Amino acid sequence: MTPQVLVDGVIAGSMIGLGAIGITLTYSILRFANFAHGEFISWGAYFALAIAAALGSLAGGNVPSLGPFSFGWTLPVALVLAVGLTAGLALVVDALLFGPLRQRGSAVIILVMASFGASLALRNMIEFVFTSSPRYFSTDLQIAQPLGGGMRATPDQLLTVGVAIVLVVGLHLLLTRTAIGRSMRAVSENRQLASLAGIDARKVIRTVWMLGAGLACVAGVMSGLVVQVRPEMGLDLLLPLFAAAILGGIGSVPGAMLAGLIVGLAESSAVALFGAEWRSAVAFVILVAILLLRPSGLFGRHE
Amino acid sequence: MIDILSYGFFFLTVALTYGIICLGLNVQWGQTGLFNVGIAGFVAIGAYVSALLTTPASTSHIGGLGLPIAAGWIGAALATALATFLIGALTIRLRSDYLAIATFGAAVAIQLCVLNLQPVTGGPFGIGFIPRPFAGLARQPFLFGAVNLAIIAAVVVVLYLGLERLASSPWGRALKAIREDEAAATALGKSAVRFRLQAFALGGAIMGLAGAAQAHFIGFIAPDNYQPTLTFQVWAMLIVGGSGNNRGAILGSVVVWGIWALSAVAISAVVPADAQARAASLQIVMIGVALCAILLWRPRGLIGEARVASRHILRPSVARRSSNSSSEH
Repeated sequence: MTPQVLVDGVIAGSMIGLGAIGITLTYSILRFANFAHGEFISWGAYFALAIAAALGSLAGGNVPSLGPFSFGWTLPVALVLAVGLTAGLALVVDALLFGPLRQRGSAVIILVMASFGASLALRNMIEFVFTSSPRYFSTDLQIAQPLGGGMRATPDQLLTVGVAIVLVVGLHLLLTRTAIGRSMRAVSENRQLASLAGIDARKVIRTVWMLGAGLACVAGVMSGLVVQVRPEMGLDLLLPLFAAAILGGIGSVPGAMLAGLIVGLAESSAVALFGAEWRSAVAFVILVAILLLRPSGLFGRHE
Repeated sequence: MIDILSYGFFFLTVALTYGIICLGLNVQWGQTGLFNVGIAGFVAIGAYVSALLTTPASTSHIGGLGLPIAAGWIGAALATALATFLIGALTIRLRSDYLAIATFGAAVAIQLCVLNLQPVTGGPFGIGFIPRPFAGLARQPFLFGAVNLAIIAAVVVVLYLGLERLASSPWGRALKAIREDEAAATALGKSAVRFRLQAFALGGAIMGLAGAAQAHFIGFIAPDNYQPTLTFQVWAMLIVGGSGNNRGAILGSVVVWGIWALSAVAISAVVPADAQARAASLQIVMIGVALCAILLWRPRGLIGEARVASRHILRPSVARRSSNSSSEH
């Protein structure tokens, strides 16, 4: 094990954390485990990819790179638009599928099953539209810069960690300091009581979908930037996301982010110790360990 | 004519192996309300255990004990029951969707083990030379197909009769009582956790048996056979047929497999060769959308669950009607 394991773990963990925040929010407010959340990650990445490509060709092809990064101005613009599109996609899925099921008072597990069907349809739609071959935001090769202590990272990787930190702090302030944040926490405590107190539950639910899908989109673009864009990228992240959401304690945003980093570090250590082919098993081992030792997670409440 | 009939045998045999998985899922979901997203993983355990027990000794992987096929099938059922029992013991006490997450994780882990433990499972190359029942008849394809169908059909019939009997037994009624009203059932002294675990392991054993039956019918297994798509297909079969109903589980597997096979034929006939992989993904989109549509519009499936708890008591509809009329007075 080298200090580099730490860097790799933090980079992977910040993406897992952003995705896990979306899972934990939908879980605590809509009260079901959303298996389609991984598809928002993939769709977000593909939205950004398509928009960036379109902007690039509008601008006449060759877009110069921004500073030390591997991408030009098209990607940040595409990211903002893609966040909006992914949030819209989540709202459409809710309006067509989860909303009607919720209104009918369906059991939690029916919602879980519906999310399962939705994830299948959404993922294969990507494969149909974009084919299954991997894509890249940029073909530029980046040199990893020394960070001291024998650790190295590319500028792109450092940027993803920075963006994740800014987003988590912003979201935490939103949840603790604003009216909509207080409404969200109230609905997650007790939906009936919150409605009695005059909180618009539908608005809260819309906000949750938009926040969750928006963060998923950012995670997808980050993952696409430092790894690659594939139709299965969301599915492959789903288990680490669930492990992080449960480890952090359902409903806790700082918990999800911290747990995301823990899962990321555990994955990079496992890769160093046992080889890359066992990476995906780590999340399962963590999941089993939490369920055995502390099912409420690090910051969760006992139910 | 013989060709069509041979294909019919083949089609029905494959569909019925799915029917066995569906019967297992029906014990877990239909009768107990336990959501299993790791079907592909549990079927894989059954297939690999049976293959390792029955194949002749090989240099590419360990195992190859050369035991009789029946021993392989029993071993497959026991091993899968153990795996599902462990996953169930971990999560059944917790909130209902933790089981879904844990089974999803188990399937990922099982797929990974099958792929990476090359000395045991043959890795990505899989295991070949799995003995086929009545291999002596292989020179006569028509008879061979008929015998294979007969074996799988016999397994389905035996399981169907056994599960029907079990559902109306005190055990099955307790299970249903727990699913409908856990507090009331617990008050009557039924341990919800124990009954659920038993049902989950029983369903797992049936899935493992199905995996073994499939492996011996095809003669070759590889990790790619046990992708999440398999889980989706089986769920679609049970939901289409009608969960909670064993006949629905079998009917659903034949109907959905029929639609699947027909649409595959249609794609290969209509779509140009270079676009077929893309068109195949549309096939899966269709299954996902169909699953959601049924949940929205026809949650009971083709044949829903029969509402009779026991033949010793009044039909609930009659009882409800009489209680309604009495409350009107």
